Amino acid sequence: MSVRVLRPGLLTTLQDHGRHGYQRVGLCPGGAMDQVSLALANALVGNALDEAALEITVIGPELLFEEDTLVAVCGAEFQTRFPHNRPVLAPKGTRFNVGRAARGARAYIAVAGGFAVEPVLGSRSTYLPGHFGGVEGRALKHGDMLPLRDPEASQRFKSLKKTRDGTVKWSAPPFTLPDREPILVHVIEGQHYASFDSNSQRAFFDTVWRVAPDSNRMGFRLSGPPLGRPQADELLSGPTCLGSVQVPPSGVPIALMADHQTTGGYPRIAEIASADVARLAQLAPGGKVHFAKCSLEMATELRRDARERLQSALRGIAWEYQRK
Amino acid sequence: MPLGDSAAYIEFCTTLDLEVNSVVQRLALLILKRNVPWIRDVVPALGGVALHFDPDNAEFPPQPLEAALEIVNGSLKQALEAKDDAGREVELPVCYEPEFALDLKEVAKKANLDPADVTKLHEAGEYRVLMMGFAPGHAYMGGLHAKLAVPRRASPRAIVPAGSVAIANEQTVVYPYAISGGWNVIGRTPKILFDATRSRPSLLWPGDRVRFRAITRDEFVDLEKNR
Repeated sequence: MSVRVLRPGLLTTLQDHGRHGYQRVGLCPGGAMDQVSLALANALVGNALDEAALEITVIGPELLFEEDTLVAVCGAEFQTRFPHNRPVLAPKGTRFNVGRAARGARAYIAVAGGFAVEPVLGSRSTYLPGHFGGVEGRALKHGDMLPLRDPEASQRFKSLKKTRDGTVKWSAPPFTLPDREPILVHVIEGQHYASFDSNSQRAFFDTVWRVAPDSNRMGFRLSGPPLGRPQADELLSGPTCLGSVQVPPSGVPIALMADHQTTGGYPRIAEIASADVARLAQLAPGGKVHFAKCSLEMATELRRDARERLQSALRGIAWEYQRK
Repeated sequence: MPLGDSAAYIEFCTTLDLEVNSVVQRLALLILKRNVPWIRDVVPALGGVALHFDPDNAEFPPQPLEAALEIVNGSLKQALEAKDDAGREVELPVCYEPEFALDLKEVAKKANLDPADVTKLHEAGEYRVLMMGFAPGHAYMGGLHAKLAVPRRASPRAIVPAGSVAIANEQTVVYPYAISGGWNVIGRTPKILFDATRSRPSLLWPGDRVRFRAITRDEFVDLEKNR
């Protein structure tokens, strides 16, 4: 009644919607870097949208399904014959070698019923810096056994109209995958935007930034021209949030991602529109991004649009489960 | 002001003021008690309070910034009038022996004091958790004696041992994990600052009043064994 890890891949962790309510003691919410793909993967196997799934990064794992298991892979496109963005019944004994990412950086592997892992502070997300959550607070390794919480849940597959090769004719749209790079990410001005010199302000929006190799789940370092402030006074540390772009004295901007620090003393030049965070999360090191300024109203509008698109895809998936 | 499109930061001052911070602490607790369903996190910071929204909540208002400001204004009067302290009292045992006090000599030199006077002044202080951040369970505490206000180390340590008690500027901190950091380490506590499996995961919370109690090396070893 398990999924066995034959090879762990580059960085494979359990992630869900994150643990909220502890930022006041310095614990970030964490959770899936691409929440849109997590929700879609869960919906495709009939789970609650915030169920924990495997977040796989750039080089995927090789898994062995020890029972018939209903699975969905969403997010980045990996070089595997396993179909993406649709529910697939992996028969007992299936070896699933995910391979390398061809487009995007992160994908989510959801199983029907979820994994039997105890939540910590209300979430099954792995928080690597704190060594807790998920599987012993760490990335998966060779030989791990991930028990299924409800093996019967894979029977849901029976309620779908299927093709002969054990999947369905339709698929969910890949909302967060970059069509081309640089990707365009909307930002509103950060609290300290005005304190940067005009060259830096211009450079921030004119530059095609590259995600630096030392980027991770805590933050993406962006290589490009260094940004500066004429009066480099020390700021009183203040709160940060997912998508804050802060600029330490080195001048190299850092976009704060899922496992970010909850407070910081560096000036924040911009705040990424929440609708665009999941797409940024799909950039691997070397990936290109450029920023477009928008108003708070527009960022709010983008968030509503993105939510509407996701809701309509989710309704479509739910309908497939009910129509037979 | 907006903190992205899913959070707001209400700032009262841009320099450190302990009076303002104690109002911020009371305000944050009052807002938490209101249990607003679309507010997921209430974070008291040094000079203001941040509210993090849940935009998918059914009650999320169309104008969240205005709604957030209204919530703050609704509690501000009460926070200003109250005289009671927001936090609890916590005593932290600290061993200031040289093997743990990695930067004590440096601090003493910079402050023009005897190492023993540095630890005495540190132990005598009454501290207040002004803000938590940097790592889970990591508290920035105000109330450090002005004589001990030395700058951070020129180059940060790659690894500061867990439990290290450190000072810089006018604050003191305790490192909950072995992480990199640039504060001057003058001792170590055997206490576990953050444990996600505890029902109260963090030992310190915003607004708590903290005292340090000097312990010997033997007491440190005992406490570490029995924790």
